[in-house]
Amino acid sequence: MEPEHRDQPHLPGPTVYPIGFAAGVATLLVGLVVSPTVIAPIGGAIAIVFAFLWVRDATRDYRGEPEHIEPEVREAPAPATAPAVPADVGEAAMPPPAPGERFARSRFLEGATLGLGGVIGGVVTVPVLGMALGPAFGKQGKHRVDLGSIDNFPQGDWEIAHFFLHPDEGEVTRRTAYIRYNGLLSGKPSFTIISNRCAHLGCPVQPNGPSFPDQTKNFGTGGGQEVTLIKMLPAGGFGCPCHGGQYDTEGNRTAGPPVRSLDRYEYAIDNGHLILGKTYSVAHVDGTGSTAVIHRYGLAGPGQHIDGWEQIFYPLQPPH
Amino acid sequence: MAIATRTRKSPRRERLEAAVNYPIDWLEERSGLIGGIRYFLFRKVPGDTNWFHTLGSATLTAFLVQAVTGVILAMYYKPEPKTAYASIQHITNDVTLGWLVRGMHKWGASVFIILMFFHMARVFLFGAYKYPRELNWIIGVMLLVIGMLEGFTGYLLPWDQTAYWATIVGINLNGTAPFLGPYIAQFLRGGAEIGPDTLARFYSMHMLLIPGAIFALIGLHLYLVVRLGVSSPPWSKEAAGADWVEEQEVSTDGRRAGLTRPVPRNYVRGQRGDSA
Repeated sequence: MEPEHRDQPHLPGPTVYPIGFAAGVATLLVGLVVSPTVIAPIGGAIAIVFAFLWVRDATRDYRGEPEHIEPEVREAPAPATAPAVPADVGEAAMPPPAPGERFARSRFLEGATLGLGGVIGGVVTVPVLGMALGPAFGKQGKHRVDLGSIDNFPQGDWEIAHFFLHPDEGEVTRRTAYIRYNGLLSGKPSFTIISNRCAHLGCPVQPNGPSFPDQTKNFGTGGGQEVTLIKMLPAGGFGCPCHGGQYDTEGNRTAGPPVRSLDRYEYAIDNGHLILGKTYSVAHVDGTGSTAVIHRYGLAGPGQHIDGWEQIFYPLQPPH
Repeated sequence: MAIATRTRKSPRRERLEAAVNYPIDWLEERSGLIGGIRYFLFRKVPGDTNWFHTLGSATLTAFLVQAVTGVILAMYYKPEPKTAYASIQHITNDVTLGWLVRGMHKWGASVFIILMFFHMARVFLFGAYKYPRELNWIIGVMLLVIGMLEGFTGYLLPWDQTAYWATIVGINLNGTAPFLGPYIAQFLRGGAEIGPDTLARFYSMHMLLIPGAIFALIGLHLYLVVRLGVSSPPWSKEAAGADWVEEQEVSTDGRRAGLTRPVPRNYVRGQRGDSA
């Protein structure tokens, strides 16, 4: 049987001063954010007043003259008297504790500790996890890359285009696209713009054919954008140096491990300038040039199937 | 007589010993640390342990070398796309002994991984993963996985072409995992595209998140080693295990000594319901 505690700690009687003090502190903190000149001083004043009252109330017993208490004098009990009466029997018996209530206080404290601990842990963990995992659900950033006048792209010729996706973020956003001008299609210019990101694991694919560095054009198009155009002749399509993936000039896979065609860029013509937009993924391309039929999907990572039965492995993509 | 002269100490020597012992006793009385260290270092181990049993401590030493050299490298490294490569060049070419500390960290990484595999092979071939040490095997596998994650995240930090493209390929490999792959890749990249956040993110994982986890798991690993004792080699005829096992009245019940914990004499077959 557990020992029962029957000592009565001396505690000051309940008062409302702590509540007023807490309200004052809360007002002070809110005031610091909302209105440091008006509400914060009011809250501070409330807190100080209630703190003073609380301290005065709590220390009432210690201030002033302590009451004189007559020392108690007792006769020493005669030895070998009757055995001591247990506390729960006899005339001065303590009432037995109500059933189910014996450890109510410790149960409450246990629950409060776990509950408050959980709340504090959650308050700390949720923002931390959100900040760490948030980017996993982020959108593909928008970009608008000005590649200069379309006069730089002779009809039927290929150009290697180097540019910055986000000029302010510097070299790390440098990208390369392979661009061919296909001539006019019902009065509008048509371009084939292929991303150099291999559809296997993302290495940079290279043209299988000569490039002509002596026919390089360098120019800026504003906002820190620097464009480099190098004429090339990808007679054998494109190939990846990492694991040997091969593509034809429309970006269709012809050999090796890639699971789909090369990604492409959206484009627009603005004031006679070629503007690159979003990147999108391509399952495959039928036909060539301006009349090619592009089987287009939302952007997926390299190595991820976007068509065929294997696409069931990638049912959800981060938003685009 | 000779013994008596040897054991009698001069007053000078006694004073010296008291001066040495006083701080040790002071610490022991207040913390119990000395006893704890003694308990950890002077455990009983099987008499026929051999050099293969040192592979675990060798791995621990390799990790500590990585931790120390990594902390020093972090004093000079700048995890920013525009400065990372230059700061590596600075460490290698300009900082006093920078080339050596960076080399220790770079080659030590491979040593750490190789030693983990050797240690694992020893535990496997000696059968030391068996009851009651299965949990320690599992913790060891976790250490192996996050140890290799440490290698993956550290590989990006020099921020040269090899680092950049190897990381792109590594992230995209993770991206091809079914279902969650695209999200794992985005998480590692810190966005849809590799960029400045990727480098900072890898740096944080490499020097804070993963080493912390490795330290914690090594602590658990060692706790279990101390609690369960060192296993003896398969050819051993000697019982192995921690002291508390040896103190019991035990019989090995025909099982090979050193692999399984001896069964207490008062063990009743069928008590756990394993036989009819």
